[in-house]
Amino acid sequence: MRLRNPFGRKPKEFPSHLWTQCPMCGEMLFNKQLERNNRVCQKCGHHFKLDAAGRIELLADPRSFSETEADMVSSDPLGFVDSKPYPERIAAAQAKSGHKDAVLTGDATISGIPIVLAVMDFEFMGGSMGSVVGEKLTRAAERAFAERKPLVIVSASGGARMQEGTIALMQLAKTVAALARLDEARIPFISVLTDPTTGGVLASFASLGDIVLAEPGALIGFSGARVTSETIGEKLPKGFQRAEFLLEHGFVDQVVPRPQLKERIAFFLNSFRIAGQDLRWSL
Amino acid sequence: MLDRIVGTRRAAEGNGHLAVEAGLVTDATQLAAGRPTAWQAVQTARNITRPHALEIIGRVFDRFQELHGDRAFRDDPAIVGGIAELAGRPVVIVAQQKGASTEENIQRNFGMPYPEGYRKAIRLYRLAEKFHLPLVTLVDTPGAYPGPEAEERGQAEAIASSIQLMTRLATPIVVVVLGEGGSGGALALGVGDVVLALENATYSVISPEGCAAILWRSASEAERAAAAMKLAGPDLLDTGVVDALIREPAGGAHTDHDATAAAIKTALVAQVERLARVPMADLLSLRYERFRAFGTIVEPSSGQAPAPPQPWWRRMLRNPMRGGES
Repeated sequence: MRLRNPFGRKPKEFPSHLWTQCPMCGEMLFNKQLERNNRVCQKCGHHFKLDAAGRIELLADPRSFSETEADMVSSDPLGFVDSKPYPERIAAAQAKSGHKDAVLTGDATISGIPIVLAVMDFEFMGGSMGSVVGEKLTRAAERAFAERKPLVIVSASGGARMQEGTIALMQLAKTVAALARLDEARIPFISVLTDPTTGGVLASFASLGDIVLAEPGALIGFSGARVTSETIGEKLPKGFQRAEFLLEHGFVDQVVPRPQLKERIAFFLNSFRIAGQDLRWSL
Repeated sequence: MLDRIVGTRRAAEGNGHLAVEAGLVTDATQLAAGRPTAWQAVQTARNITRPHALEIIGRVFDRFQELHGDRAFRDDPAIVGGIAELAGRPVVIVAQQKGASTEENIQRNFGMPYPEGYRKAIRLYRLAEKFHLPLVTLVDTPGAYPGPEAEERGQAEAIASSIQLMTRLATPIVVVVLGEGGSGGALALGVGDVVLALENATYSVISPEGCAAILWRSASEAERAAAAMKLAGPDLLDTGVVDALIREPAGGAHTDHDATAAAIKTALVAQVERLARVPMADLLSLRYERFRAFGTIVEPSSGQAPAPPQPWWRRMLRNPMRGGES
């Protein structure tokens, strides 16, 4: 064994808390600058994942967001244990992300327009949808319905939360049923798909926006890579399931770079408001 | 409310005479002891000789006329649908079709529908609504097809639209899970006023293999995943995902197709009959409530948020005598 000289100089590296390497162009990005640029690479425009807090800061007017149902937590309906028990996973995810579950919901304004905003956080157990996500989104939709405010949901999720079994699957029907009421009441619902949006989330509310927007390069698809290779024994070609691919095949309306996202949402909301000729989104 | 009107699971605890009369199991304790393990249920539900949709349709309904195509792309053989008579009453049927042999399974894509299959289903749902025909759906799929063509044609959007249409379809809907209820691909046919399942049917958020591949990173842990996900009939009854179970012949549905079909017919006739008497507005709001109720959440009971924890020096200033304890 070779002994190290404790006084010798360590090999130079970029300290990871200060710098991030862009996976697309390889550029080393200064973290603070990256944050200031809303986590978009200055050189190639690669969109890094944005957590819920950052997303709210990006979309909502300053200090306009007031969170609702912030304390809702999930119980463990199945007593699910994989490599560790589900409650431990939740606790770890809560400690890591600082949220109680994978979505934040609340009231906000976008360019002065009052809306109900829901933002998913991929950091929390892969943004998976269990009872809490389903319930919060359903309540958000129901509040939008009751107060006649448009609903904006920003998705980032691997799909339904397996640890809650079939109850998690039922959240697809639950959220979608609430959106059906919004639809019938002609209240706008804008769905924003971010990296990644897959599985049960895409197969429910995320696909059903009056307007569906996606961020550049975001992974968006029905089945995750592991499930596909498990089921059909082959891998999906590269570039499949990207935002641009969905745009080409007609399943998203626009691919919108992050800096333009807020004004684009505001534009659509304003247009719908004019069409209803009523500040309260007509009857 | 749904239970009081249609006499399903939870009503059985109060006055369940209707449901029991129809030969349904509304409580897991009614099942014979020594129930199969989750993995055995998965195997039984997947048994290739188990009666599949068209066989059931042929035995349960009269004068079935199959309708084809989604009017946009093609006809998906993994979903069959049409109009038939159930004890003299015309109904619309939509079902997932598996094959009884390898050749048929290849033709039926192993019961894994493509997006056009779901769009055909959507077309038939609209037909049912338009002509006030009750809708009966039979669920039997490992899941929606996850391949590249399905992604290209918008599998997720097709499923989402199908689920959404079912939540607000103005006609009675009875769902029967025949074999495998595989995730969103099953739910796209699975939103109903009453959801029934055969005794050995399964219904899960993801296939046991898929779950094992993700959580254990190995499909060979499927047995453990099946047990953990609680996807078998009695568990579904407990969680309320399924309102009642239809008894299978001893040994499983594959041992006696006629008896299985007869039990399904009895259950379907009773449920359709009952649902047809419920006013449409009530039916729709009860359906909404049925799915609205799923979820196991915990909220702090008081509406008031707990006071934020204060730093030790402030607690000390408030109450120096008790070491800052308030």
